[in-house]
Amino acid sequence: MNLFENFRIALRALAANKLRSGLTMLGIIIGVAAVVALMAVGAGATSGITSSIEGLGTNLITVSSGRSFQFSGGGPGGQQFGGQSQSLYYSDFQAIEKAVGSAAEVSPYYQTSANVINGGLSASYSVTGVTPVYAAVSAYTLARGRFISENDNVSESRVVVLGSQSSADLFGGLNPIGRKIQIDGITFSVVGVLDAKGSGGFGSADDLMLIPLQTGYTRIFGGRAVSGGQRVLSGISLSALQADQIDPIISTVEYTLRKRHGLTLTDDLGFNVSSQSQMLSALSGVSSTLTALLGAIAAISLLVGGIGIMNIMLVSVRERTREIGLRKAVGARRNVILLQFLVETLTLSVVGGLVGILLGWAIAMLVSASGLLTAQVTADNVLLAFGSAALIGLFFGIYPAYQAAGLRPIEALRYE
Amino acid sequence: MIEVENLIKVYRMGTSKVFALNDVSLKVEDGEMMAIMGPSGSGKSTLMAILGCLDIPTRGAYRMDGESMEKMNDNQLAHIRSHKIGFVFQQFNLLPRTSALENVLLPLLYDGVKGKDRKARAMTALETVGLGDRTQHKSNQLSGGEQQRVAIARALVNNPSILLADEPTGNLDSHTGAEIVGLFQRLNREKGLTIIYVTHDPFIARHTGRIVQLEDGKIVRDVHVKKPLEAGSPRPDDIIGVVKVEDLALEN
Repeated sequence: MNLFENFRIALRALAANKLRSGLTMLGIIIGVAAVVALMAVGAGATSGITSSIEGLGTNLITVSSGRSFQFSGGGPGGQQFGGQSQSLYYSDFQAIEKAVGSAAEVSPYYQTSANVINGGLSASYSVTGVTPVYAAVSAYTLARGRFISENDNVSESRVVVLGSQSSADLFGGLNPIGRKIQIDGITFSVVGVLDAKGSGGFGSADDLMLIPLQTGYTRIFGGRAVSGGQRVLSGISLSALQADQIDPIISTVEYTLRKRHGLTLTDDLGFNVSSQSQMLSALSGVSSTLTALLGAIAAISLLVGGIGIMNIMLVSVRERTREIGLRKAVGARRNVILLQFLVETLTLSVVGGLVGILLGWAIAMLVSASGLLTAQVTADNVLLAFGSAALIGLFFGIYPAYQAAGLRPIEALRYE
Repeated sequence: MIEVENLIKVYRMGTSKVFALNDVSLKVEDGEMMAIMGPSGSGKSTLMAILGCLDIPTRGAYRMDGESMEKMNDNQLAHIRSHKIGFVFQQFNLLPRTSALENVLLPLLYDGVKGKDRKARAMTALETVGLGDRTQHKSNQLSGGEQQRVAIARALVNNPSILLADEPTGNLDSHTGAEIVGLFQRLNREKGLTIIYVTHDPFIARHTGRIVQLEDGKIVRDVHVKKPLEAGSPRPDDIIGVVKVEDLALEN
């Protein structure tokens, strides 16, 4: 009596009760499919977030106005709320640029939304005032035309560089270089179009418009960009030339800001200074936790499926008591009966597991096709789901199989 | 040779004890054909189950070919059941939706016989019981007599030395029952198989060379039959009269 014969006997027993076997398997199928699909969605979200943060630029440090918020693990204080929000001034940028020197490129920007008109088309767009280093710091490359120059800022030229999406929206397939658009009623000429960056975890990075920062202050931003008589910034991005310079630069930036805003070391900073790697680890930490949570929820349904298998196998043992008695009467040993029922349970859970993997994979494909996010079915997750299905089959199969194997032949034969 | 000495089997029914077997001693020689009779609850089936190693006695000795059975564990008993004993049941106990051939194959499956030999041996056993042409019929497509023949083939397939049958004709009409008894007689004479069967029917019992009567768990009569009936003999009108004392030789 080898394993193959046991498997054949199991298949025959399962085939004798097709509907019941199918329904029992359904529990495992749904459980495994849920694990595979949810883990794939989680893994897809994680890698989406990672790539979109990495897409922001290399060795990036961002400074923005706002209450100090440190990502978990980012410092001895942990998360700190409260304290006064500080405005980030254009003069802060000048001081920081001077303080960090050649260690980093410093890119100040002010972002607002404005009404953009091109002929009959009118829409609200995010319009950002930038300096020439913006492209390099934020990892944008030009598809055509030129970027905003130092001269554009000095002379406050009315020129605009379009994101690939903005260009497509406003001009379709036409070449926009040299054409005019109106931003809040002011006419700007298009001098460049950016390459598409693609969308990552959050929104598109391509539906933007870039204008010279100084032009923005004088022509577009108006009173919104002035606080206490000084021009303000939405943020400053810094790109460190060396990765090991990131932490010293953060210290320099924080020190400069404290000095300029009259804050002591014990005061809350009132600015948000963070590096890309901090954001990366914080956000991917969050999304891995979410993935694990999703997986845990799916695992519960797998567990329920396993209990369903045990339930059915107990019924089956009871129903086939006489058959078990007969098998023992003609010489079947205890272990053979044990193995027979164990193989039956394993067949249910393994076949259910395989179907569940296919179903989960199909769901993941469907989610990807819907365009919400790219679900990634990883070999790890498939193995994990399949392994747990098999383990559950083994675990929940042992008790019914043990019951069957322990029956006294004569009592089993007389069972009504 | 089968020997049991001072066999006791106690069942607990709540607080009271029931002695299904109460001090039974019996010796059956190789090649004997014997019937066990007795009213319901007299312990016939319990005795058969113990002889067939399907159950174990509460107390007492059981030796088969000089080998003691009492101390054997589950697996050793399974081995004895598989090699030395063929068991036939009143309800046939065939696997449903399974062909005659595969039913007969079953004991060989558990004995580790190779696939090819298996089929050949099962076919031989089915031919022995006269079902060589119905091997592929499913058990529910066979008549009661045919089903019992399949069950007998299954009991024979491992070439046991003892065939035990618990009311083998109980679910069959008298004609089919007589055919089964005829098959037993043939197996006993041609193969020298030791055959013990339980029956309620004195006419069926009369076909053996020895009749043991049980009552309340004790052997009350153990007689040799001078002239066993041949299979196919007409059933007399007076069934009780069949076992007339003058036809039987009293043991000792």
